[in-house]
Amino acid sequence: MITATPPPKETKNYLNAEHGLKSWLLTQDHKRIALLYLIAVSAFFVVGGIMAVLIRLELATPAGDLMDSNTYNKVFTMHGVIMIFFFLIPSIPAILGNFLLPLMIGAKDLAFPRINLISWYVYMLGGCFGVFVLLSGGVDTGWTFYTPFSTTYSNGYVVMTAMAAFINGFSSILTGLNFIVTVHRMRAPGLTWFRLPLFVWAHYATSVIMILGTPVIAVTLFLLMLERGLHIGFFDPAYGGDPVLFQHLFWFYSHPAVYIMILPSMGVISEVISTFSSKKPFGYTFIAFSSVAIAVFGFLVWGHHLFVSSQSAYAGMVFSILSYIVAIPSAIKVFNWAATMYKGSVRLEAPMLYALGFIGLFTVGGLTGLFLSAMGLDVHLTDTYFVVAHFHYVMVGGAIMGYQAGIHFWWPKMFGRMYPRAWATVAAALTFVGFNLTFFPQFILGYMGMPRRYHVYPPEFQVFNVLSSAGASVLGLGYLIPAIYLLWSIKNGEIAGPNPWGATGLEWQTASPPPTENFEVTPVVTTEAYDYTALKLTQEVAHVG
Amino acid sequence: MDSHAEHHVVPKSVYFAVFFTLIALTWVTAWISTKDLGSSSLNVAVALSIAVFKASLVVMFFMHVKYGTKLTKMIVCIGIVWLLMLLFIAMMDIWTRTWMGVPGR
Repeated sequence: MITATPPPKETKNYLNAEHGLKSWLLTQDHKRIALLYLIAVSAFFVVGGIMAVLIRLELATPAGDLMDSNTYNKVFTMHGVIMIFFFLIPSIPAILGNFLLPLMIGAKDLAFPRINLISWYVYMLGGCFGVFVLLSGGVDTGWTFYTPFSTTYSNGYVVMTAMAAFINGFSSILTGLNFIVTVHRMRAPGLTWFRLPLFVWAHYATSVIMILGTPVIAVTLFLLMLERGLHIGFFDPAYGGDPVLFQHLFWFYSHPAVYIMILPSMGVISEVISTFSSKKPFGYTFIAFSSVAIAVFGFLVWGHHLFVSSQSAYAGMVFSILSYIVAIPSAIKVFNWAATMYKGSVRLEAPMLYALGFIGLFTVGGLTGLFLSAMGLDVHLTDTYFVVAHFHYVMVGGAIMGYQAGIHFWWPKMFGRMYPRAWATVAAALTFVGFNLTFFPQFILGYMGMPRRYHVYPPEFQVFNVLSSAGASVLGLGYLIPAIYLLWSIKNGEIAGPNPWGATGLEWQTASPPPTENFEVTPVVTTEAYDYTALKLTQEVAHVG
Repeated sequence: MDSHAEHHVVPKSVYFAVFFTLIALTWVTAWISTKDLGSSSLNVAVALSIAVFKASLVVMFFMHVKYGTKLTKMIVCIGIVWLLMLLFIAMMDIWTRTWMGVPGR
């Protein structure tokens, strides 16, 4: 049983270094900015989650009895826009990446602290546009903004929503830029590239995608605004445009965007698996380079979203082959995580449970992606619930499970307090069960031919939809419980100590919560990453001492 | 670190020269758009060539890449390669769309 621990004599740390709202809103401390992101991103997750609840309630019966088709279109669009642009993309990089990257490389802060704060304000500005759209009637294009519907026929706030995503993109670019420069220029003495934690490699690869891909979506959305507002022809053949060009440009960013969501998660999983197996990750170099390979190959596969458009079948063949190739670096990671656990001292703490959940769910998501990369099968499955299930297995089962693993792993470092482990175990189990109950029936629905984005459906599909809606309730509980105990733990949790999990890595060598300047003395790195032998020796010496 | 790259001070005259070149090339672009060069493709090619040259001036002088380190130059090159990749692969679709006949036509 966990009992409330009286607060100890407080040491100076980033949380109590300054007080007052102004000290938070004008802070340049990467850790405080990470918490600003945590609050904002969590708020958007709640809003996107409410939209998901409405969708699942509507789909519990075959008839459209909760809302009409227009409202349903707006609800699933806002669910997608909020969850992708305002939750999934910034979640791990902007919260955990911001907090941990300087700590992991032994730096006092990111390379550009002011730009870091600006990125949060830019994110909030984009968020304001999103909230405005939500409150003033919404948009019904789907998060993909496909033309010609978005440019010609939609009556919703298309330009405003595109503007929200456009502005938000700059926040991503600034964060990516900051991470790349920080990793190049601010590593502690002795911390060579191949001594970097895999979390840092994953964030470096993610940052490359952010910088190279995000400008393209910004330009694409700008072109969309120009065509919708000023009838300048880019996509409409009537004005001299190309009907598939929007999809090419959109997916050039939006497919790699999936890797912006999943790569940081993979970085978290590498850290968690290694720590809770007390073993150096099997094939460190392969895992590190597979992150870079995913970032590069991820840019070459976008055409598999266009198989049923008027895209050339020959181009489709090339995209199909390339899509199969991108599975290889992902598989390298999964096999290496499994090999890391083999003969390791595995401890099934909450972060590890989330990580194991990630491996299972991401593997299902990844393998069903191969189904969709096969041109013939994709004709049958395009725009069905199979696709919905597939990308939720990757984005929710993968990215959010990784995010939860990371939050549970580094929470004691962020706040210096432990959460109730029993409740965390329950939450991890509920999330895994609820997730599968929600989304596995959708594979079957899709295979049976139920299209996505419809609020009414034939009665024979109801049983799987009811299963899915019931699962969503369990999944919701799996998200609600951690929110409660994590908030509770900030004041009432056990004192965590600097290294409660027995992990390697520089972030565990400083106090929990860390001081504003991260380290009292700049650390000097003399060993390889994940050197558990050295850690054990240090602990034994400390124990004897 | 190449200290020369970090501390290079560009004379104002260079900035003014680049600025006026950009203005002049904008005027040339507008002027040439009123001329028929024989085919619309040629007009587009000339306009794009001028635009690429103008962009290069901005990148080299206003963004200081000409005086930057090898790493900076490499990152700029990667950006250009990525842009070419987008254009080339998207064009791959457009070039081959008509290879396969449309049923009924």
